[in-house]
Amino acid sequence: MFRTLLRHVGRYRTAAILTPIFILLEVVFDVLIPYVTSWLIDYGINGRHLPSVYRYGGLMLLMAFMSLAMGILAGRFVAYASTGFAANLRKAMYRNIQRFAFSDIDKYSTAGLVTRMTTDVTNIQSAFQMILRTSIRAPFSLVSSIVMCFIISPKMSLIFIVAAVVLAIVLAWAISKAGALFTRVFAQYDVMNRAVQENVSAIRVVKAFVREDYENQKYELAARGLYRLYVKAERIMALTHPVMNLVVYGCIIAISWLGAQLVVADQLTTGQLTSLFTYVMSIFMSLMMLSMIFVQITMSAASAKRVTEVLNEVPDIDNPDQPDHVIPDGRLDFNHVSFAYKGGSGEYALHDIDLHIQSGQTIGVIGGTGSGKSSLITLVSRLYDVTIGSVHVGGKDVRTLDLTTLRDTVAVVLQKNVLFSGTIAENLRWGNADATDEQIRHACHIACADEFVEAMPDRYNTRIEQGGTNVSGGQRQRLCIARALLKKPKILVLDDSTSACDNATDATIRQRLQTQLPAMTRIIIAQRISSIKDCDRILVLDGGRVSGWDTHDNLLKTNSVYQEICAIQDEDHGDFDKPQS
Amino acid sequence: MRTPFQPRNHNSAPAGKPQGNRKDIMLRLTRFVLRNYKFSLATVAVCIIISAVTTLASTLFTRTLIDEYIVPLTQTATPDFKPLARTLIHLGIILLVGVVCSYTYNRLMINVTQGSILRLRTDMFRHMQQLPVAYFDTHSHGEVMSTYTNDVDTLRSMINQSLPQALNSLITISITLGSMLVLSLPLTLVALVMALVMAFTTTWLGKRSRKHFKQQQQRLADVNGFIEEMLTGQRVVKVFCHENQAIEQFEVLNENLRSSTYNANRIANIVMPVNGNLGYLSYVLIGVIGATLIISGRVDLSLGTLVAFLTLNKSFARPIANVSQQINSVLNASVGAERVFRIIDEQPETDTGTVTLVNAIEADNGMLIPMPYRTGLWAWQVPTESGKPRFVKVNGGVQLSHVNFGYNADKQVLFDIILQAMPDQKIAFVGGTGAGKTTITNLINRFYDIQSGTITYDGINITDIRKESLRRSLGMVLQETHLFTDTVLNNIRYGRLDATDQDCIEAAKLVGADGFIRRLSNGYFTMLSGDGGNLSQGERQLLAIARAAVANPPVLILDEATSSIDTHTERLVQHGMDSLMKGRTTFVIAHRLSTVRNADIIVVLERGHIIEAGNHDQLIALGGKYHQLYTGREL
Repeated sequence: MFRTLLRHVGRYRTAAILTPIFILLEVVFDVLIPYVTSWLIDYGINGRHLPSVYRYGGLMLLMAFMSLAMGILAGRFVAYASTGFAANLRKAMYRNIQRFAFSDIDKYSTAGLVTRMTTDVTNIQSAFQMILRTSIRAPFSLVSSIVMCFIISPKMSLIFIVAAVVLAIVLAWAISKAGALFTRVFAQYDVMNRAVQENVSAIRVVKAFVREDYENQKYELAARGLYRLYVKAERIMALTHPVMNLVVYGCIIAISWLGAQLVVADQLTTGQLTSLFTYVMSIFMSLMMLSMIFVQITMSAASAKRVTEVLNEVPDIDNPDQPDHVIPDGRLDFNHVSFAYKGGSGEYALHDIDLHIQSGQTIGVIGGTGSGKSSLITLVSRLYDVTIGSVHVGGKDVRTLDLTTLRDTVAVVLQKNVLFSGTIAENLRWGNADATDEQIRHACHIACADEFVEAMPDRYNTRIEQGGTNVSGGQRQRLCIARALLKKPKILVLDDSTSACDNATDATIRQRLQTQLPAMTRIIIAQRISSIKDCDRILVLDGGRVSGWDTHDNLLKTNSVYQEICAIQDEDHGDFDKPQS
Repeated sequence: MRTPFQPRNHNSAPAGKPQGNRKDIMLRLTRFVLRNYKFSLATVAVCIIISAVTTLASTLFTRTLIDEYIVPLTQTATPDFKPLARTLIHLGIILLVGVVCSYTYNRLMINVTQGSILRLRTDMFRHMQQLPVAYFDTHSHGEVMSTYTNDVDTLRSMINQSLPQALNSLITISITLGSMLVLSLPLTLVALVMALVMAFTTTWLGKRSRKHFKQQQQRLADVNGFIEEMLTGQRVVKVFCHENQAIEQFEVLNENLRSSTYNANRIANIVMPVNGNLGYLSYVLIGVIGATLIISGRVDLSLGTLVAFLTLNKSFARPIANVSQQINSVLNASVGAERVFRIIDEQPETDTGTVTLVNAIEADNGMLIPMPYRTGLWAWQVPTESGKPRFVKVNGGVQLSHVNFGYNADKQVLFDIILQAMPDQKIAFVGGTGAGKTTITNLINRFYDIQSGTITYDGINITDIRKESLRRSLGMVLQETHLFTDTVLNNIRYGRLDATDQDCIEAAKLVGADGFIRRLSNGYFTMLSGDGGNLSQGERQLLAIARAAVANPPVLILDEATSSIDTHTERLVQHGMDSLMKGRTTFVIAHRLSTVRNADIIVVLERGHIIEAGNHDQLIALGGKYHQLYTGREL
């Protein structure tokens, strides 16, 4: 897991390697300075020799200056390395998320991915910084102190060994115990984040049903869950502190007692005894530092795991090894296709669909809720893969085609339409980044969007708010159609894309598509008979199966499902709306 | 659903109270922590003092051990270790007390820290629930989410570590400072000057780093907002092969975030080496000055005193550095706190209404008596001057007179709307997109407030009705369906929390959602996730309608609710709706001809004006716009 992460240090590697080197140099000066200090005292002050005071004072200042320089450099490099590492992690995650298939995104949830890319990465960043800064210092001073202890008095050093083992056991216990809790802490972060996210995006529902209190309770439950886990984990970690102190104090008392006897027995000098006290403190300080590193690692291990999951996720759908970039025409074939959603109930959403559509045809698709209309079209642009059978575009199996080529050839206007914050022109250029103003205007004209856009104060530069909340449903749909047209696709799929438009607009759009882009295969999924009755062929879906595949007139005669739909719509007379003129 | 076309401005001043400076923010945060944990914090302070003193005792003990025990012991022929043993036991007890104290305050601080953070989060959330809809229309969702996690998290280390450590250091500083003063006044002055230099440098560096830190939190929020928005629209990103552009855009934000994090950390990392080495400088200065003084013999200063002073100066410099560093971390936390308070200070929806909605029964004499349980009969409880409230039956009569409205001052959306809905009438709004249909419904439930004119509900001005009561009396099916991560059953129950499972299933049956729900893998107990992403648009809408059905309100507002349900399902819904609409006033933003034709009043809107109103026959006879629409439909 850590290896996967460390691969992403990338071009910040030099800084990451330089940091410990500079820290080591800094530590060397830190260790040397006390020696100079003792010279200053012994030869200068005790020796009442002013030139020595100046000499050693000057030397000490010089070394302090060096140590400062090393420290500043180390700080700079560590900041550069750790923030760069974090940025690389976010970048790598985001890149991989862009490769995710829909089924992968469903698995993680938006809120979960957001926490992983922010909170978790921040945790890793601080842990990385901490590790770089202390991983050299702590073991270095630990080892040197222990060596010094043994040199002074091997007998007394046994006390340290016993103490250190006790301490190590306690720390290990606490870290493993708290580690498990921290994993749960971060899972709970997701839950809490989701509560906020859903609340914010559904705020109109919350307010309309006066569910503020209910939402408060829901959020409080999530936040309180986080509180409980955090408190539990931190309580365990808090235990380490007094245990540490107890051990240190125990050592001091033991050394005092034994040391006094050794000194009296002339086996130890008082100077050595004083040094032992200094070393015991430095041993435990470095152990403390090490334990803090471990805590950081434990805390960040949960985060690291969550980040690695995203990095290592192999998208369900990926580009083929040798992708085919050529799609000759807008032919579309379904060869005995059956399809079931992964992780769903296992039931087939589509059964044995076998259809062959010629380039330039207009096809209508109709059927009840859950009949499989939307599932069928997600297979065309390979948002999901078929379970059985194959889908061919331009005569080629979609699984052999380059994904970008495929999705540029097949433009799908999804039922769940989204515009992004940015200007209208920016949103439309999603279809074609290099589109000229004239091309944009033309696409909008076909999609009947030009009128209302040009009536807006800033026309194509009008800003769209997040989720497109400041345009109406019908306007959004038309902008989405224009956006798709800018791709100049060979196949255009409209998945219930004009439902919020009035009949007249709906008809105008269809008519303009027909006359201005006759070579483009059009697949129109609709609820209204009026939207599809002029199509070359109409597919009637019922429960994931083909119920009818014929023209309007023939279906009226032969297909009972179709007849029923028509009967209902006849009596209801369809839609009632009118655009502003 | 519409807000004005207006560029989003990240730097605009919040609508709430003006932001104070950093100190005010910290004071406010401290007060916030103190308010709830007075007793705990007092205990913590006492424990910190005791443990700081015991730590000092253990440091000073070494000298005592050697000078007072070991040296005398070596000089006696028959060493008596008993006094030493006694002292060690005393020391042991003192240290044990210290350990207990330090454990106690650490434990308490966990509760104080996490408890304060919990309270801050819930306070923020509670307040956010009261903000007007306009707030959510103008703030990126990811940015709001970032405040709940990234910004609140900056406070954790501050409350947990900075406060206790600062107190701890202060105690050590005062004790050592006292001892230094006893030893030598001139040398203490030198030490103090150095301490001031240290404090000054640290705060100066902190200020520089904070600028970047503040930027870092903003950029973190930007990144958060971007990810949230793009992932929500990931399907569109996919079908447009927009992945690379999305990555490019992300990388710009990511690089911005990296550079400000780098700068903030780079400067913060200088603090420690600078302070450490300033400590050495102070050491050398005092050594040189002290030695000069001794050797010149002009001041009464002994060698022993100088050495002792140098040791003290060392333990003086460390907490000074520590305190100044803590101050920086506190000030950094204030950046997070500021963003939290910005939400808490945001102006909530104003609600001056006093009229409330109550359940009631009608007594034999026609008097209304309020009841604590659902009776099926609703009444408005109107406070009167006599103190005894008056009760008005909820009939569902809604009247708009001369209503003018615009989302902002320079663009009026609705002009002089006059409309009267009698109880149980069905009002259908017809008109093109942008005509103002949705806006009218947003005014009735007071998502937005009108600029002039009045709206009355059963004769009561809606501004006099408590918003909560007003909205409870209005069932809504919104244009956009939002579902929550929960079971299907609980999503329906969202309409009325005390509804039984059976009530919810009945509601689902009424609107024709029962069929598809039963076909889901776990039926009514199927978990929905990601805003019901696993359901089709039509199915999601059916659930939203069921949600309104279970609420069973006196007045219903349906906003283009049936537009994307297929014909077969729609027929089911239509039947359900008809029975739902029976016996209540209903406002429909309608596409369906059958709905329009059956309406008691059809309101034809154009560009914010009512151009025609009346029933189907009247409007057909009028031969105006409606006639044109109705006949034109066939073309």
